[in-house]
Amino acid sequence: MMTERTIGRLSAAAIGRQPPLRLGARRPSGPPRARRLPVERQWPSWLIVLVQVLAFVLVIAAWEAAAYIGMVDAFFWSRPSQIWQTLTVFFTEGDAFVDIAYTFRATIMGFALGTLLGSLLGLSFWWSRNYAAIVQPFVICFESIPKLALAPLIILIFGMGLSSKVAIATALTLVVSTLTTYAGVRAVDPDGERLFYSLGATRWQVFRKLIVPAVLPWTISVLRVNIGLALTGSIVGEFIASQHGLGRTILYAGQTYEISLVWVAVLVLSSLSIAMYVGVSWLERWLRRDLVR
Amino acid sequence: MTAVTKLELKDVTTTFATPTGPFQALAPVSFSLEEGRFVSLIGPSGCGKSTLFNIVAGLQPPSGGAVLIDGEDATGTIGRVGYMLQKDLLLSWRTVLDNVILGMEIRGVSRKEARGRAEPYLRRYGLGGFEHQYPRSLSGGMRQRAALLRTLLVDTDIILLDEPFGALDAQTKGHMQEWLMRIWTEFRKTVVFVTHDIEEALFLSDEVYVMATRPGRVVEHLTVDFPRPRHRGLVTEPGFVALKQHCLSLLAEPGDTALVA
Repeated sequence: MMTERTIGRLSAAAIGRQPPLRLGARRPSGPPRARRLPVERQWPSWLIVLVQVLAFVLVIAAWEAAAYIGMVDAFFWSRPSQIWQTLTVFFTEGDAFVDIAYTFRATIMGFALGTLLGSLLGLSFWWSRNYAAIVQPFVICFESIPKLALAPLIILIFGMGLSSKVAIATALTLVVSTLTTYAGVRAVDPDGERLFYSLGATRWQVFRKLIVPAVLPWTISVLRVNIGLALTGSIVGEFIASQHGLGRTILYAGQTYEISLVWVAVLVLSSLSIAMYVGVSWLERWLRRDLVR
Repeated sequence: MTAVTKLELKDVTTTFATPTGPFQALAPVSFSLEEGRFVSLIGPSGCGKSTLFNIVAGLQPPSGGAVLIDGEDATGTIGRVGYMLQKDLLLSWRTVLDNVILGMEIRGVSRKEARGRAEPYLRRYGLGGFEHQYPRSLSGGMRQRAALLRTLLVDTDIILLDEPFGALDAQTKGHMQEWLMRIWTEFRKTVVFVTHDIEEALFLSDEVYVMATRPGRVVEHLTVDFPRPRHRGLVTEPGFVALKQHCLSLLAEPGDTALVA
């Protein structure tokens, strides 16, 4: 492929004035055939949804059937009917709501704390170039550490309770917020600052009336990334040591070969994740509309 | 009418340290402006017009010399003059009205009072109906109007305009010049105007300083005493054309004399 291209280009250069010939492309001598713009006909949305539902049902049915005839080992993979049964038990007799609330709380707290602290840290770099230069390398170092590798240490320090999960979620979200906010700070037009100072502004006025509103869209843009990171953080915290939470349920079910419970917990976790993502998207839209123009 | 000196520059210089030794960006520049005058600076790129403005606005300390406002030393103090850059720098998250009151707000006027003061001006100077719009829905000319009003509504007697119409198309520029003239006669501020456009400078100004580069310095001071109010037709009158020719020859590089003659 590469050599072909090179030869093609070389020979074209050697020929000089002639247009470059692509090897393998035959040029018809006559006028080019009239061609129409290829347009894909758009399906109505009900048809799209129908196909999606059918595909889902098909996969589930195939799984169930394969488990029934023994093509899939139901001991390792479980089967849809069993998962459904476990799901109802999990919600009616099990700890579903305790676990959901536990994971949700840790995630939201870590998300809020990490985003807030990170944004404040990023904004603080505006105040002093020397301070920013001193702290920057440390932030980058912290960024490069796989924070999840520190999780066992965090559990040791903060204990088995909620605070350790919050701490891991915070560690994951903090750096992203800091770096994004600082990128926003650096993107502020220096002429804007000159304008403020020419009007006799104090540094605090420049910060409050120019820097903070200009950086806000940057901070908001990481919210959706951060909610996912915070969830990952709290789940990993629960994996390592916890008495509640969906992460702990998954680990426990896996260790006791209760595969259907693993699936149930993953399912609930995904739903929680989607719900939080949608919530944050709403928050983001609301913030953009009312705070940022 | 007694002439009161409003702004005075005394031997203002700027020198940068470069690897090859000190580089003089601005040779000693001195001039004095009388109250209420419209004065333009013209010159090639790199002649230090913007540096001069930064020094007057207190955004950059001069290497030597002093800036006097009303006879007092104002070197290195900010907020003494209104300064408008070529970019309008309107804040996208504020309405036009709230952008215009920015200067007053920074000086401690409450938002409510500042809005009350600014509103009649917006209506009077062609921004009526746009008060509560956001800047992105404004045309280039409108944005410059808002930026200029923001500068004018600050209680400074001197305003510096750094190529405010440089990015506008010719027609809008003409409208804006007339609009600026009207505003200037009503506000009676001392205006220092930087432009690349000789015709614009001569059409608007009472005085023109022609600058040259390497080092940046003033090479000529012209008085432009065409009667006011001036009309567009002025630019084709022989006296105006002769003055324009003179400025062109002052600004010409040694290499392109043929172009001017």
